[in-house]
Amino acid sequence: MGEQSDTIALVVNGEPYRIPRGTTAAELVARLAPRTPAFALERNGRLVRRQDLEQTALADGDRIEIVTFVGGG
Amino acid sequence: MDDAPLRLGELVLRSRLIVGTGKYPSFEVMREALAASGTEMVTVAVRRIPLGSSEPTLLDFIDRERIHILPNTAGCTTAAEAVRTAMLAREAGLSSLIKLEVIGDPKTLMPDVVATLEAARTLVAEGFTVLPYVTDDIVLARRLEEIGCAAVMPLAAPIGSGLGIRNPYNLVLIKEAVSVPVIVDAGVGTASDAAECMELGADGVLMNTAIACAREPVRMAHAMRLAVEAGRQAYLAGRIPKKLYATASSPIEGLLEPVLRPGS
Repeated sequence: MGEQSDTIALVVNGEPYRIPRGTTAAELVARLAPRTPAFALERNGRLVRRQDLEQTALADGDRIEIVTFVGGG
Repeated sequence: MDDAPLRLGELVLRSRLIVGTGKYPSFEVMREALAASGTEMVTVAVRRIPLGSSEPTLLDFIDRERIHILPNTAGCTTAAEAVRTAMLAREAGLSSLIKLEVIGDPKTLMPDVVATLEAARTLVAEGFTVLPYVTDDIVLARRLEEIGCAAVMPLAAPIGSGLGIRNPYNLVLIKEAVSVPVIVDAGVGTASDAAECMELGADGVLMNTAIACAREPVRMAHAMRLAVEAGRQAYLAGRIPKKLYATASSPIEGLLEPVLRPGS
């Protein structure tokens, strides 16, 4: 088993990112945005509902967007 | 003085000043300015999260016990983008209100009202409390009310311009035309502009740049609070008609007679 099979490649907020195979969307958020009180996640252009994050296993090539609130008018 | 609260869907606000959270010199200054403004609702934008950052975030500086969050769709230029952004905003879990903003012109930031109407229809059907930022157009305001928007938010002048109310006549007409709240959104430059909005009958004012980019944002936030309250009270009290000639405030009766000096 090489490294390629242990990890998968994602694009997260436009940046390439590798994670262990089997990582869920909830685990990705915990890793990348640990302090965020409010966030939402899209997987391949589709909104993932909060209650589904733990059941959503990420796949090689997934394009993920994670957003939060910033200052604005 | 007593006044009915501002109602936006199911939300009840005592403060009629809604404040943006962009462009402050720091989060600390923003927090102080929000407190000085007395606002109970602030706008926020939806953006990509900085990955792996442990820096404090905007929400750490907003007293959410007292202040409601109004996410916006700023930066969107199509109805589809605005709907997508609104869906993300709601999923973030702090609000099902949305300040709907679809920009149609990059230089003036004038809204694309056709796309705004289309997005509003979708978002109302999705159960959002929709607060659309639009041009000051009476027909459009009526349409937005008809499709179920919880308020209409006409601009006073272009976003961030500080030009003040360009067309007070339109704001009065819009207020007459719709029964949902009318919130003047964008273009306020200083306190008298905010007071004027309220004197014309607006139910609220939304501003960001006028406070955030003032030399002293906290002091300006306080000024805006006073201006919105003063303008509202003046509107409720009812201004006197304008007249060309003077009307004496002191009685004519009881005036002293001229002194007659001997020899004069």
